[in-house]
Amino acid sequence: MSNSTEKIEYVSYLDYQGKYKGFLSWIMATDHKRIGLLYMYSIMTFFFIGAFFGLLMKIEMLSPGETIMKPQTYNGVFTLHGILMIFMVVIPGLSAVFGNFFLPILIGAKDVAFPKLNRFSWWIFIVGSIMAVASQLLKDGPPDTGWTFYAPYSSQTGTNVIMATAAAFVLGFSSILTGLNFIVTIHQMRAPGMRFFNMPLFPWALYATAWIQLLATPIIGITLLMLIAERMFQIGFFDPALGGDPLLFQHLFWIYSHPAVYVMMLPAMGVITEIIPTFCQRQIYGYKAVAISSLAIAGVGFLVWGHHMYTSGMSDQARWFFSLLTFIVAVPSAIKVFNWITTMYNGSIDVKPPFLYALAFIFLFIIGGTTGLLLGSVATNVQVHDTSFVVAHFHYIIFGGMGFAFFAAIHYWLPKMYGRMYNFKIANIALVINFIGFNLLYFPQFIIGVEGMPRRYFDYPAQFQPMQVISSIGGFILVAGLILMVFNLVKGAKSGPVAPSNPWNGSTLEWTLPATPSLENFDEEPVIKENPYDYK
Amino acid sequence: MFSNASNFVNGVDSAFLIITGISVFFLVALTAAMIYFVVKYNRKKGKPAVQIKDNSLLEITWIVIPMLLVLYMFYIGWEGFLPMREVPKDAIEITAVGSMWKYEFIYPGNKSSDTLMVPLNKAVKVNLASKDVLHGFSVPGFRIKEDMVPQKNNYSWFTAGELGDFDVYCTVYCGVSHSYMNSIIRVVTPADYDKWLKALPVKKADNSLGLKVLEKNGCIACHTLDGTKSVGPTFKGLHGATIDVTTAGANRKLTVDDAYLESSITDPNKDIVTGYPPGVMKSYKGIIKDKDIKLINEYLKTLK
Repeated sequence: MSNSTEKIEYVSYLDYQGKYKGFLSWIMATDHKRIGLLYMYSIMTFFFIGAFFGLLMKIEMLSPGETIMKPQTYNGVFTLHGILMIFMVVIPGLSAVFGNFFLPILIGAKDVAFPKLNRFSWWIFIVGSIMAVASQLLKDGPPDTGWTFYAPYSSQTGTNVIMATAAAFVLGFSSILTGLNFIVTIHQMRAPGMRFFNMPLFPWALYATAWIQLLATPIIGITLLMLIAERMFQIGFFDPALGGDPLLFQHLFWIYSHPAVYVMMLPAMGVITEIIPTFCQRQIYGYKAVAISSLAIAGVGFLVWGHHMYTSGMSDQARWFFSLLTFIVAVPSAIKVFNWITTMYNGSIDVKPPFLYALAFIFLFIIGGTTGLLLGSVATNVQVHDTSFVVAHFHYIIFGGMGFAFFAAIHYWLPKMYGRMYNFKIANIALVINFIGFNLLYFPQFIIGVEGMPRRYFDYPAQFQPMQVISSIGGFILVAGLILMVFNLVKGAKSGPVAPSNPWNGSTLEWTLPATPSLENFDEEPVIKENPYDYK
Repeated sequence: MFSNASNFVNGVDSAFLIITGISVFFLVALTAAMIYFVVKYNRKKGKPAVQIKDNSLLEITWIVIPMLLVLYMFYIGWEGFLPMREVPKDAIEITAVGSMWKYEFIYPGNKSSDTLMVPLNKAVKVNLASKDVLHGFSVPGFRIKEDMVPQKNNYSWFTAGELGDFDVYCTVYCGVSHSYMNSIIRVVTPADYDKWLKALPVKKADNSLGLKVLEKNGCIACHTLDGTKSVGPTFKGLHGATIDVTTAGANRKLTVDDAYLESSITDPNKDIVTGYPPGVMKSYKGIIKDKDIKLINEYLKTLK
């Protein structure tokens, strides 16, 4: 029994019995895989609540004037939709769910660098989320500022702005700590022999993301504290009536909130970069260009926030400067798209649900990205800024892009997370419904946006009604597709056929593990290869 | 090719068409490439994948071409925008004042209108001001938009080239009636404009100190002075009136006096007037000083 190379008996991380049992074995877990699933369950719950409020807005928009709710209610609904979706769904999003689950595995590690900090991050996330929900229910009424909390309205309205901003402040810490954890993990926990350029591209994307989380989130934290101080103690930071400057708020807000868009998007691009080569049986084309473009997007992304403020009254110099930088940040994204498509060339393409979601992602992302050019150009921005065009652009990027990448990821990795497989046919039907519903929902908003339909309007002139109705119908179709998709995934995860350990013939490290990994992932130290896409 | 509603339509719409054209080209070309590859290299055809080596020349090409394209798009966007900042010296100056939830246009000689009447083919500079929170001055037909920021001197300008009415929308969210904050620019012949301006009455100045306090704190955004029902009860005839309120869940009647008005300012959710929701107004305790509350009371007594 003194054999030091004694083989550890395999136990799936889902069956592992530690100090805690049942429910506690989840919320007390330090296993990065269980924490990833905890994030997934909470994020999906918030996503469907947010989608429900989105649907309420679409019903209200069916006809001009009051349809089902009063203006004050509508203003609360779109504020809640924004806060939920931004701070509780898309910012943690892919990096908290799939980053947690797969980052350590992809770099050959047993866990993240600080497992207890990781658990603590999820707890903070839940505390912040409870505060955000509480801000809706307290006696002064739901906040009615929009998720952007623009001053001085936010420092004057009588609603629960303090609770909502405090919630966003707390949620920010969850994001900062996850970012810190991932940076240290990537620097310190790579398996022996794995250098940076031996890592797959999803960890590269997470690395760029983590730096944004760590460096940008504190700015929104301090800004929201300043807003709270202005409301509570009448300190004039932002309200001109108190001697403050509302543009200062906008600058500080977007210095965080623009890079935050890349916190949402970079991991999404990373996932797509993993999925496409797998289903084409091809090495990713231009590995180094894709890796470096992630860093370039993160870096330049810090310097473009002013494009949210072209009409705010900034100096003319600032307007052209931010416009120029905004156009430059489009280039690394374009490079990624070219690399993805070139990877399909001469491949052996297996059209399975994750790959179809990746294709839908690329299509929607090109529309989202190129409409961003119209917003980045100063002349056209003046026409479409603060209209439903922005709403459509943003949803094409974040929902069509990040959301569809999330769906691609979940269809890709579900067999590795649960060891079971879902029904392909239903998955494909749900995808088609989602794709049609999505485009019907958001494309009409581009059209009426160009015609001048302002955003955040409870009521609207009658000429916009036909497009609003099409958009609302799209909303119902999309929600139906989402329900079908989730039903299929849940059914697959619970009672689908048992999946083999490498169902897609993938070539990254996670597919060398059993169908569900063990607690410490690698019961034997993995042998690291020069090429990150050579583990078969 | 483009409308001549304002002198900016041409610049903005050309930039719009060029950028949209480039975008649609890439969308169609890349989508077609994807579909072509999916069909041609489908696994069902049984051909194994062929690995391709990275080609630096190809990669440099697709960095340089997009870079040149985006620089060009930046340039046409800037070129279309720059004239919006260069106001001709002979422009008519009108000040647009935004307040929750209306526009007021002030013409030379302190004349005021709620519609922006302008003459055809003459440059008009609109100085943008706000009394309370941020508002937007958006005229989609003219392709102009600029925010109205309190205590900041933003401006916009245009030369209208077609007669008719053009919508003005508030585009920066400003509270409960944000979507009802709109107006119209009416473009008329110079002769009609002169006639209209001459007939426009000079704004009567009400110098009551109590009114100043109400304006400074944004009270009349929700409480009108003319008896119309808005977000909150009107101030007209309020002082001395008997009203129904809900106090701690119980309905009761009370007569509006100085003490009630003071408590409505410092603790607005204590007595809620029947027919209005609670929680809409924040407390102004410490924000409106006691002596200013006295001025408000004096002013409200005069509003019969």
